[in-house]
Amino acid sequence: MSDKILVSTRKGLFTISRKGGKWDITGVDFLGDNVTLTLTDRRDGRHYAALDHGHFGVKLHRSNSTGWEEIAAPVYPPKPEGYEENDMWGRPLNWSTARIWALAPGGADEPGVIWCGTLPGGLFRSSDHGQSWEMMRTLWEHPKRKQWMGGGADLPGIHSICVDPRNSKRVWIAVSTGGIWFTEDAGASWGQRGKGMRAEHVPPELTHDPIAQDVHCLVQCPAAPHRMWVQHHNGIFVSSDEGGTFSEITGVEPSTFGFAVVVHPREPDTAWFVPEIKDEKRIPREGKLVVTRTRDGGRSFDVLAKGLPQTHAYDLVYRHALGLDETGERLAFGSTTGGVWVSEDQGDSWACVTHTLPPVYAVRFV
Amino acid sequence: MAKVVFTTNVQRHVECPQAQAAGATVREVLDNVFAHNPQARGYVLDDQSALRRHMTIFVDGRMIRDRARLGDTVSETSTIYIFQALSGG
Repeated sequence: MSDKILVSTRKGLFTISRKGGKWDITGVDFLGDNVTLTLTDRRDGRHYAALDHGHFGVKLHRSNSTGWEEIAAPVYPPKPEGYEENDMWGRPLNWSTARIWALAPGGADEPGVIWCGTLPGGLFRSSDHGQSWEMMRTLWEHPKRKQWMGGGADLPGIHSICVDPRNSKRVWIAVSTGGIWFTEDAGASWGQRGKGMRAEHVPPELTHDPIAQDVHCLVQCPAAPHRMWVQHHNGIFVSSDEGGTFSEITGVEPSTFGFAVVVHPREPDTAWFVPEIKDEKRIPREGKLVVTRTRDGGRSFDVLAKGLPQTHAYDLVYRHALGLDETGERLAFGSTTGGVWVSEDQGDSWACVTHTLPPVYAVRFV
Repeated sequence: MAKVVFTTNVQRHVECPQAQAAGATVREVLDNVFAHNPQARGYVLDDQSALRRHMTIFVDGRMIRDRARLGDTVSETSTIYIFQALSGG
């Protein structure tokens, strides 16, 4: 069971630890800087932290025996001379890392392999613990990549990466917006997945087009990789065939809108979400912050509120800001208004660690 | 050789001491500076080697115009200042 959590915020990376049965802030790194995401690689214990310095660009740091060291950030290849590509706004698309939006370890059989998803849509792979990065040119140069659009940001981005625990060459990614993409040959070729999802923000003839889907978060059950869960802009979707097709889960109170989803590491029917009033407001319904949990594959949901604020709570939880430990017992999440809550009983009850942090972008158990 | 001075704000992240470097354009001067300080390059230039969106460069008191190619000319006695633009917040 994990006793430590890394919380990425607009103004630093906070460590929250469990001591004497109580969770508390026990450290901060990069204080004052914008930390957007972390990865803890359980194969070797290394931590990775993505920073966005604004003026000075996106950087990546890796833990070492004394603290942190800056390592290479993914770099886009030179744009061919004379090549013109505009973004969805008609502006020239800059082939340059605008944000690191996904970090995932490779398989158990490939130590040192790290995957990295970015805005404006580049996927990168490192085989040396992040010392150097190779862009997946096959995906970047896929003709349909140009149909990806901005979602929460002006530019499209890869926010979810799932590596098949049975075969490291099989990788799924999810794009906002651009749906789900899959390779079974370590990136030599890519194809679209995700039939059955539904987009309300496009004309009827495109509603079910897999590339039109605004997937907010994609997760895969490690013990049952056929099961994937999606928190989508238009609801909750579940797949039992490795993301080939999805079924929509409807009628979930208080809402099926949200950004985050986590799935139990051994129980594919168990998943958690943080619901919000749908896209035009993005706040908890009636000011009551809750987590929803299904234990039967989406047929029914528990609304979990014990220990969470139930009056005038306007916390939004971003897609990487809901974390689950490797046992599936402990959860934690952080909000845009600086709250962090931890549960030790699968969400039945929650304890507030703090409500004064900077806006929280990511919560990850170590 | 031209003198190159970096904003103090970047020093918190990466050491960028004042430097002297040869070159007839901003690009040539900066390439020579970053050859000796490769980590600093990505703090000033983006992946396409253009000036980062919210950075500015002044040569002898004038803001450069060619942000993509950095083709503004530089003399032997020029001073190049590398600043953050206030537009970046």
